[in-house]
Amino acid sequence: MMRKISLTLTAACLTIICFAQDNSGEFHGDFDLNMQSYQKDALIGAEAADEIILNNAYLNINYTKGDFSAGLRYESYLNALLDFDDEYKGNGIMFRYATYTIDGLEVTAGNYYEQIGSGLIFRSYENKGLGQDNAMDGVRLKYRPLKGVYLKGFIGKSRTYFTYSDGIIRGADAEINVNEALNLESKTRIIVGQGFVSRFQADINPKLLLPQNVAAYSSRLNIINGGWNYSGEYAIKLNDPAGSATAEENNYANGNALMSSLTYSQRGFGIVAEMHRVDHMEFRSERAQEKQYIINYIPTLTKQHTYTLLALYPCATQPEGEFGTQVDVFYKIKKGSLLGGKYGTKISFNFSRINALNGGNSFLNDNSEHTPMFISIKGEELYFRDLNLEIYKKINKKIKATGILAKQSYNKDVLEGKTTYGTVESTIAIADISYKIKKGHTIRIELQELLADGGDGSWSMGLVEYTVSPHWFFAVQDMYNWGNHDLEKQLHYVNIDCGFLSGSNRFAIGYGKKRAGIFCVGGVCKEVPSSNGFSLTISSSF
Amino acid sequence: MKKLFLTVTAIAIFSILSTAQNRTLPSVDVKTLNGGTINITTLENDGNPIVISFWATWCKPCKKELNNIAELYEDWQDETGVKLVAISIDDTRSMVRVAPYVNASDWDYEVYLDPNGDLKRAMGVSTVPHTFLLNSKKEIVWQHKGYIDGDEDELYEQIEKIAK
Repeated sequence: MMRKISLTLTAACLTIICFAQDNSGEFHGDFDLNMQSYQKDALIGAEAADEIILNNAYLNINYTKGDFSAGLRYESYLNALLDFDDEYKGNGIMFRYATYTIDGLEVTAGNYYEQIGSGLIFRSYENKGLGQDNAMDGVRLKYRPLKGVYLKGFIGKSRTYFTYSDGIIRGADAEINVNEALNLESKTRIIVGQGFVSRFQADINPKLLLPQNVAAYSSRLNIINGGWNYSGEYAIKLNDPAGSATAEENNYANGNALMSSLTYSQRGFGIVAEMHRVDHMEFRSERAQEKQYIINYIPTLTKQHTYTLLALYPCATQPEGEFGTQVDVFYKIKKGSLLGGKYGTKISFNFSRINALNGGNSFLNDNSEHTPMFISIKGEELYFRDLNLEIYKKINKKIKATGILAKQSYNKDVLEGKTTYGTVESTIAIADISYKIKKGHTIRIELQELLADGGDGSWSMGLVEYTVSPHWFFAVQDMYNWGNHDLEKQLHYVNIDCGFLSGSNRFAIGYGKKRAGIFCVGGVCKEVPSSNGFSLTISSSF
Repeated sequence: MKKLFLTVTAIAIFSILSTAQNRTLPSVDVKTLNGGTINITTLENDGNPIVISFWATWCKPCKKELNNIAELYEDWQDETGVKLVAISIDDTRSMVRVAPYVNASDWDYEVYLDPNGDLKRAMGVSTVPHTFLLNSKKEIVWQHKGYIDGDEDELYEQIEKIAK
């Protein structure tokens, strides 16, 4: 069936392409290749692959002509990298679509990515680096009946690895930009939105009467006035029991989530205050399935760090229940002032704290019932806390420096689903200095230190990077786990990387040991295994 | 199946070669910082060059690129009339931070949001930073992946080449 569809679509694309020959539309796309070799290393727990070399590659081709576009993605996993699920296997055209717009109506058939509001009730998206792709396959319409009114509706199935889940997903969303719609010339801008999603999956459970249609809806509000911006969204998911064999485990409670943020900014200053509360809000394309089936997105309420040791213990949202708050402050000390110096100094401060809901998430069945208090912070189990301060300063024409101090608490048991590890308390310091040797030549040094008793103990990290603009980079880094309580595991993880960039192409090769842990890119984290070997990355676009 | 795919690819590559001269912006909507929606094809700069730079608040080299250009931006504008448009691919986790960060950094760029990567995919951007240069007809004449210190000099050379 799949094959037939692919064949038909490929033929359709071929027709489009032939047609394009006479009408000079545009083709463009991009290509990515990630190859990794694996050698066994018992000490770091790295596994060897039978294939010796594993490879993932993607080619996207898009064709556009005016308001029409069509495209496809060819994916190749021969075989998939070890950190990818082994259900990614083989080759195929896993994404193809055609779309056109006429008189304010946009029609898409085939695959598409879509999101309602913040994603609390629905988001389909892709992150190739992390092997995540829950593209929809179906149809989608977007329409603007009036100025400032944005409507969309879609129906389809959600991709899971190389196949599509059982559930049929239907969704609709309306957004009204009040100022645009009413032609209001007001300083205050108001945008409201209402979204709805429903999943159908047949109930074949012989014992239980499970809801075949599960609905979720959300309302959102955005008010902007001058430098102020308030944004809030509240979502409810109706009861969605997993159909567990033991009746005691089935939870018939509704789920809900609230997120709210207030920001203020002006030249040289910005502040963000956020909170969210999540209660039993996991939403999947099939009931009773694994993580890869999730079709909603609850943004993690902590800062996304990029320095290795700051991100060693990253927070991940607990969609079944958590309460969190976060504050960010950005400030630029003016040029010419005492602290600002010749170029000004940038300071950013961030605090976030996530804890459990009182008594756990909402629960309801014949035997028990629980609804947690709306706000309860003191005395609740702490999941994650992060306090960090970053200062960036350009010292002179040649030297730039960044310094960071952070204190983090990481509840390893909750965030990694383990027991007996408790909470890792860490203190982290980072210095990042770059020095311009001459035009185009820059050397950059990173020194990082993480002090902790729990987890794997303390770490040090050093990195030296030499770049020659616009073509070359070389980097050597060493992560040293000197504080590990197990003396055998006080290891060095050395990596050497170099790359060549030229216009639209980028080539990079690396060699070294990578540490097992949580790998976070673009707001998503996943556990990756230890590895030891060569890597080759090629990225190109046209 | 395989044959068909090969044919498609071969024809596609041929077409690319024959049309590569006039690649323009795809018709995709992005969000403005004050809640509005605009189509990226409506970008205008009176026939002067436009730089489109994809970035994110969590991307170190992206911020380095935009901060380094910020120091030169006034001169660049005076000399070539260039306009820089920064497209943030922050998703809803960090999207609320974009405006405060941009304001606090004192950037004079036009900034738009692409929270679910629609424009990113349509323009073939797989990693950030990724920078495009558009000429007076809004055709993409140059692009660059990644950023290392000093890359802004190459970008400026390219801008000067096409500036009126």
